[in-house]
Parts: sequence; structure tokens; C-alpha cells
Amino acid sequence: MSIIVTEKTKVLVQGITGEFGARHTKLSLDYGTQIVAGVTPGKGGQFFEHGTHRVPIFNTVRDAVAATGATASAVFVPPPFAADAILECADAGLDLCVAITEGIPIKDMIRAKRAMLGSKTRLIGPNCPGIVTPGTGKDSAGGCRIGIAPGYIHKKGHVGVVSRSGTLTYEAVFQLTSKGLGQSTSVGIGGDPVNGTSHLDVIKMFNDDPDTWGIILIGEIGGNAEVEAARWVKANCKKPVAGFIAGATAPAGRRMGHAGAVVGGAEDTAAAKIAVFKECGIECAITPSDMADALIRAAKAKGAKLA
Amino acid sequence: MNIHEYQAKALFEKYGVAVPKGVAARTAAEFEPALAQLPDAPVVVKSQIHAGGRGKGTFTDGFKGGVKFAKTKADALAYAKAMFNNTLITAQTGPAGRKVQTVYFTQASDITKEYYLAILLDRVTSRPVIVASTEGGVEIEKVAHETPDKIFKIIVDPAVGLQGYQTRELAFRLGLTGDYFKNAVKLIGSLYTMFWETDAAMVEVNPLITTPTGSVLALDAKVSFDDNALFRHPEIVALRDLNEEDPKEIEAAKFSLSYIALDGNIACLVNGAGLAMSTMDIIKHYGGSPANFLDVGGGASKDQVQAAFKIILTDPNVKGIMVNIFGGIMDCNTIATGVVAATRELGLKIPLVVRLEGNNVAAGKKTLAESGLTIHSADTMADAAQKIVKLVA
Repeated sequence: MSIIVTEKTKVLVQGITGEFGARHTKLSLDYGTQIVAGVTPGKGGQFFEHGTHRVPIFNTVRDAVAATGATASAVFVPPPFAADAILECADAGLDLCVAITEGIPIKDMIRAKRAMLGSKTRLIGPNCPGIVTPGTGKDSAGGCRIGIAPGYIHKKGHVGVVSRSGTLTYEAVFQLTSKGLGQSTSVGIGGDPVNGTSHLDVIKMFNDDPDTWGIILIGEIGGNAEVEAARWVKANCKKPVAGFIAGATAPAGRRMGHAGAVVGGAEDTAAAKIAVFKECGIECAITPSDMADALIRAAKAKGAKLA
Repeated sequence: MNIHEYQAKALFEKYGVAVPKGVAARTAAEFEPALAQLPDAPVVVKSQIHAGGRGKGTFTDGFKGGVKFAKTKADALAYAKAMFNNTLITAQTGPAGRKVQTVYFTQASDITKEYYLAILLDRVTSRPVIVASTEGGVEIEKVAHETPDKIFKIIVDPAVGLQGYQTRELAFRLGLTGDYFKNAVKLIGSLYTMFWETDAAMVEVNPLITTPTGSVLALDAKVSFDDNALFRHPEIVALRDLNEEDPKEIEAAKFSLSYIALDGNIACLVNGAGLAMSTMDIIKHYGGSPANFLDVGGGASKDQVQAAFKIILTDPNVKGIMVNIFGGIMDCNTIATGVVAATRELGLKIPLVVRLEGNNVAAGKKTLAESGLTIHSADTMADAAQKIVKLVA
């Protein structure tokens, strides 16, 4: 098992004909992901071709869903139009919208998130690497890859990874795979201040997934999402959890001014977050090179298996 | 993107947020005409730099105070001359300080009481929040820490915008009545409109004041904008002051590199913001000190790597470089080729440690090894950090 997506998930790509969207659609197809449709307004009726694959393109998400039964979307639409694309997913009743686009105005996301209140569509991102549920083939092929993460570094297994940062997620996944520890699902929730799915949402799903035996939680400075997740872990999660917070040396004042500190409270520095992790029984990686080892320590302390 | 106080106040006026009358001068020749536009003294003379703590700041020539109260216009002129083209050091500028290139004269206000008012994003609810306090003119963090009951917050529903009952509630909580109440309600509403329409990231008024004549005025103004939304606000982009930005950061932006200068001696070049931050952390963990944050992004090219090296090397403090690339999709050999080319072209004299991992890593390592250059290769982030710290020590 896995969370959010399986190898059977039918995926459509919004912005499939753009350079970035096309490149990663090809990589997902090579990985074995069920990319069943593309959406580019005005190019409906055309096909996206790659090797033996011939993916139909539609003018609207609604048309793509009606014709192919897609339940998830990858958004590669440029920033000025990305919030519109996200809302189109929600309106078409998709289960999942993974917004890869970086640089969406914050106001657009404030409005989109408000408009999606009560919608059945789960939003992951924006500004995220996406989600990977590894498959059983060579280099984990045969799985579901939505977004821009390198598929081949994964291995099917039982560790859940959740992170705001793309390359740090890859780093953690690579460390795990190098040590023979596979992943159930790895989720990049994105680095923007307004995003859809939080650390806590993903942690809850990993906790409920019988096939996820251990969790790596990667965070960074700013906001209190990691703290919220850590407190929930302390109260509810019996699985081994390792954590890492990036940004201990980041210069103060380069993010938000005075009022930010008021709203964010004193909990948004790296030191404060690490202190909360420790207090909540999360094994902290001392350096980013230590993420997989930290999870192995956490599992050992709980007498839990990871593979 | 940040703007100056005088620019922020011009925007305030445009949106109907009351401010004391003020005129900015960008050359010494403009001082007297600017002062002539103001009513009789007293006048406040304010250095315009993108950093707080101006009032308590000191200029490099010893002149004290980046904000001065002048009893006469002659005094105001003298203060302006002392500040102009002088470098102001405040708690927020760092030891190098900032050169004052604009002076702002404002009519001095009689103050009945000082308040605090700000609008920004509340990350917990993903909605705008208005923060106000009866304790203005002081550091708001201090108020939040010592007397959190004196801070009031209103969360705005973006579907309907700020509602009348919300601004009234805020004004009542601040203890305002009569004209003060009416004027505060209007000011808060106008400030919110400005925040929302201009895609501001934060608007801060500290202090907001009441005057003996019933006015409510924004005595100071600090405004920053969401960089992601600048494409739809050419009028805001026009307010950008490149003098306030690090030239290295401006150069980096031209190559789509995200660079932030720090004060250490080990430069780093990394792909991805999270990995770049943790690379700084791991350098520090092993006893070194990072000279910068540099994210080359997900699809770095050879040109970008060369540009990044050039920018890094303009920092005279840099004694070594650590390259940390996790090439997920990006080809490690492309990075390796860029590193070799940059090292050759720039005749690099300082130690360089390169950690490559990911796509086509074997070819990348081979390119480095066969270059004939002294490039130290590392297998993990920890290995790379330990090596560069040792080489620089």
C-alpha cells in the first residue's frame, strides 16, 4: 500500500505542451505512471506523443476527466494562470491536484485555498516536487510519479517521507534506498507559505497506512506547520519518526519583518522547532547526511522494523 | 520587494490612509524647496534606508540619529546635510551600514498616544491577518512576549474581504472613541484595501498615532510586496531602489540564481533552497562558517554555474568553495563540466570541494577527476563539509 496515489492512479497533466510539463510527462511515462490525458486550452484533439505512448490532449479538465476517468492532475501551468488551473481541477471534481508551479502570487493562493474549502480535491503544493509511490520494477519503475522528482532513486518499501523541499526529499530518499530501505510514498508539500496539504495531513495518512512503518519529517524555518505535526505525533503516532529542520544558519530578518514574529510566535526558528521535535520523541537528524540513520535509530529505540 | 518610507506613505495617501504631510529630497539642491512646501516648523528629518532602527542609529562619521526632530527649518536643513550621502548603521543594517541617498522631511505631529498596526499573511489560516496593539512605537516582539493580551488580531476571509464589524471591533479593542474611532475605522479599511490591491506581503505602521485634534495618522510606514506578484504591478516595480540591494544579489538574479550574502568564509553552490539551507547548516555543524546562500535552481546550466562562481568570488571573505548538487533530473556531468570550465576560466586559487550525487554521477566525477585541476571530490554532504572546513582552516 501507499498513501494518496497508487500505481493504478490515472493522471492528467495541465500544461502538458509546455517545455517543463512535456519533459516531466515523458519521465513519468517512462517510469510507468498512468498518464491518461493532457490539458492545454486550444489544443484539444491533438496528441502528446512519446515512444509508443499517445496521450490525448483536451481543452478542459472536465473533458479530460469525462473521456479518460483521470482522478489526479499535475499542474505545470505558468504562475499567472496556475491558480486558475488549480481551481479547474477542483471544479472538475478530481481527487488530487499536484501543483508543481513555482512563483504563484500569494494572493492567488489565498483565494484558491478559500475557494477549495469543502471541495473533495486534495491540493498538494504549489511550488513542490510532487509525489512518488515507487513501483516494483527496475529503479522502482511501475510506480506513480506525479511531478518532477527523480523516480529512479526510489525503492518500494515501508518508509514515508514528507518534506517542503524538493532536493532535501531526494537526499532523504536516496539515503534510505542506499541503505536498502524502500519507501511507501514520498510527498513534497512545497515551499510556499500558502499550500494545500500540510505536514500534519501527510503524517496522519502515513500513520493510518499499515504499509508505512516509519516516517521521515523534513521541515525548514518559518511558520509552525512542523511544530503542529510534531505535537500530533507525540499524542497519536506509535511509528518511529525522524526529523530534520533546515535553516539553522539562515540569516534572521530575511524572511518577514516584526509582525511576522508576532503571528508566527517564537516557534518558527530552526532551534525552536528542533527543541519541539525532541520534546515530542522525534529523533532529530544532526545533519542532513544523517536523515536515514536518524530513522534507523528511532526504529531501534522502538523495536520497530523498517523493511 | 521593499520600498522606502516616503514611497510607502505616497501609496498610503493614494488609498486614503492619513499620514503627516511630508516631502522627499533626493539631492542636496532639493532640501530647501522641499522644506518650503511644509508648513511652519517643527519638522522631522528622516533618513530613507530599507532598514529599521533608524532613530537609534549612528552614522559612520559619528553623527547620531537617522531620524531627527528639528525645531526650526534651519535646523532641519543642517540635519539633512549631515545625513545625506552619509552611512547609517542601525541594529538591522549590519556593521557596513547603508548610505542615505534620500532624506524625507515631514511635519512634526503632536502625539496623544501611540499604537501599532500591521497587515500580513497568517500562515496558520492562509488568510490575511490585521494585527493591532495599544503599545505602539516600541518593538512589537517585545510586546508579544511580555504582554500578549495587548495584541489584537483580525483574520480576513478573502471571499468577502474585510467587514465593517471587524474594523469596528479592532478600533473598540484599541479603546478608541469619538473622532478617533471614526478615523481609525476609515484608516484600517483603507490600509487593508491597499494591502490587498497592491499584493503587499506586509504593511506595518509603527507607530500609528492619535493627535490632540482627533486625527489618526500613520507616523511611520514599512511596506513590502510579494515578489511573485510584481509581474502585474509595474507601478510597484518602478519604486525599486537598487541602491538598497546587494550588487551580488542583483547580478545573481540576472542568471536566475538565488543568492544571499552572509558573513562567513566558505562559499556554497547548491541546487534547491532546502538543500542550500542545509548545506549552510552542515558547514556550521563541522565548525565552518558559510559565506552565502546560493540556489542554482532545479535545472542549472553550465552558464549558470560559471556565473555563480564569478559572483561567489567577488566576495573577498571567501576562502573556499563547497559545491553540493543532488542531480535528480539534472545531469551531474553538466554541472561537472560547468565547474571545470569556471575553475579554469577564473584561475581558481582557493580550495574547491565538489559533492555530486544523482543522475549520471559517474560521468560527472570522471570529468572532475580528468580535468587535471585540484578539485576535491566528496561522496556525501557530511564528507564534503568536513573536507572544506579542514581545507579552509
